[in-house]
Amino acid sequence: MLAADRLIALALMGLSLYFMWYAKALPIGWVAASGPGGGAFPFWLSAIMLAASSLILLRSFISHPHEGEKFFPDADAIPQIAGVVALLVATIAVIPFIGTYLALIAFLFIYLKFFGHHGWMLIGILTLATPVVVFFFFEVTLKILLPKGWTEPFFIPLYAMFF
Amino acid sequence: MEVLALLADGFATSLTPLNIMIVILGVTAGLFIGAMPGLGSVNGVALVLPLTFIVPPTSAIILLAAIYYGAMYGGAVSSILLGIPGASTAVATTFDGRPMALQGKAGLALIAAAVASFVGGTISVILFTIFAAPLAELALKFGPAEEFALVLLAFTTFVGLGGDDTLKTIVMICLGLVLSTVGLDMISGQPRLIFGDIPGFYSGISFLVLAIGVYGVGEVLYTIETSRISPAVSTARLRMRDLIDGIRQMNRMWKTMSFGSVLGFFVGMLPAAGATPASLMSYGLARTFSKKPETFGKGNIEGVAAPETANNAASTGSLLPMLTLGIPGSPTTALLLGGMVMWGLMPGPMLFIEQQDFVWGLISSLYTANLAAVLINIALIPLFVWALRMPFSVLCAMVLVLCILGGYAPSQKLHDVWLIALFGVAGYMLRKADYPLAPLVLALVLGPLMEKSFRQALISAQGDVTFFISRPLSATFLALAAIFFALPLIKMLHRRIAKRPAPAE
Repeated sequence: MLAADRLIALALMGLSLYFMWYAKALPIGWVAASGPGGGAFPFWLSAIMLAASSLILLRSFISHPHEGEKFFPDADAIPQIAGVVALLVATIAVIPFIGTYLALIAFLFIYLKFFGHHGWMLIGILTLATPVVVFFFFEVTLKILLPKGWTEPFFIPLYAMFF
Repeated sequence: MEVLALLADGFATSLTPLNIMIVILGVTAGLFIGAMPGLGSVNGVALVLPLTFIVPPTSAIILLAAIYYGAMYGGAVSSILLGIPGASTAVATTFDGRPMALQGKAGLALIAAAVASFVGGTISVILFTIFAAPLAELALKFGPAEEFALVLLAFTTFVGLGGDDTLKTIVMICLGLVLSTVGLDMISGQPRLIFGDIPGFYSGISFLVLAIGVYGVGEVLYTIETSRISPAVSTARLRMRDLIDGIRQMNRMWKTMSFGSVLGFFVGMLPAAGATPASLMSYGLARTFSKKPETFGKGNIEGVAAPETANNAASTGSLLPMLTLGIPGSPTTALLLGGMVMWGLMPGPMLFIEQQDFVWGLISSLYTANLAAVLINIALIPLFVWALRMPFSVLCAMVLVLCILGGYAPSQKLHDVWLIALFGVAGYMLRKADYPLAPLVLALVLGPLMEKSFRQALISAQGDVTFFISRPLSATFLALAAIFFALPLIKMLHRRIAKRPAPAE
């Protein structure tokens, strides 16, 4: 936990510096007779964040409240969590190409099969019912068109039927 | 008595068939969301908010409030049947609720929780009705200086009372505020912090994106880690005798329940406190004043009633500053505030003048939501037992699908879905490292108001900083804020002095 604590503090310090650098694009000082400039708010708040996260890092070296602990308390859960994150990222990444529906079907199938170890019956029902519900809720009721990518031509007859 | 007339008008809004249906739907959805271990009111509201485009704004807010209410009731279900709190607000309910379930009295415990929630909800809604209009009237006198001082006060309560690591709380508040400045500078109109000109950032970072990321994706990752082993579900058989017996036993606890309600209401109003500490305090006080304190923790029905009245009362209490002052008292109410802004309803004192129908419609819907929640809760107990047997992986998959679609729907930009994934992973890691997430979400929602009021006040005072302390109300708020901010420091010094070895006599 100590190592993770330090890494996160370092990351937050980097993020604050990054914000401060970009906030400088607008005036960060005091504009006469009207108060702070447009960049002042993000700049000085990031400065406070930098100071506080530096103190967190410093504190981890002075006192060791977490010494002897593992990097993350449940280190054995990391592969599974990393897997779910990777699956989520892959799903979002393929949406512009194969469309929301195929992406969701693939996501549900992989998740339920390899993370949930469910039977074919449950997987079949969920992977087929979800896109149908999603289509009727978002596209037909809310009139929000979800990205379809290459599958767009297949939806034209459906559009004709419901719109 | 003017209040009663306004409330009656409100019922005219909330008792339309559409709104009654919405309350029932919202409460039922909220009950199930709350009953799922790990998912609480804040997750429910974050996930459902993007789907509320389907109904008109007033009904949308009533729906969200009903989900909030239902989830507060539902939290007790998994505390009792699984021994895992459905949300942090129901932690105290496990202390006596779980032992009762293990003794085969799960049905009685569930009834006690539902009735106690109803009492807590009703007393606090009455308090809400009494306090809302006067508080809004007082808030009408607020100018930008007072608004700024009040927002600052809200943040310092997290530092002073939050109970989390002080430095980490400060980091999270600043991060939320900085993220809220992404986009166009509201006064000069120039873009800032757009990360190398990524067009998606010009419109800023929506509170919804952060909320769905942190409370949707982040929560799923956290649930995967903490609940890989499915816990045993206690069965609750419910006979008519239990129901009558439960109500008879509850009848003897009026003192505990009314005390818990009032306590919960006022603790819930504080931004940093809210339902979790309120329920723990109520539990502690009930044990202290009990004639048989040794039975607490071993299945005392009073130990279920006390925290449940308080956490429901606190959820109503946290609505009060949100609606009257525009300062939310909890992450869930921060999301409700964001939702209202999205619908063009600006919370704050003006709402009570300009949108009277909406305000009193919402308040009266809290009464109907409470009644609906207690009835549906008791009626659906067998269904909860069944729903809790649902494997976690199915729940997680569904929540992730909702995160993707709910992130895309409001803005129709994949950019936001990417941000949700990013915030989800970052939020999970920050949570693991003990960074509190509630101040982050609150800061993102309140950031624009804080910056706007600060700069408006200074422009109107021609850059004179003493403006903030020359007005009595804002000076009072700032003084309180200074005290809250200094609290952790004082505590630290106190500990240092206490630690020093006593001088030899």
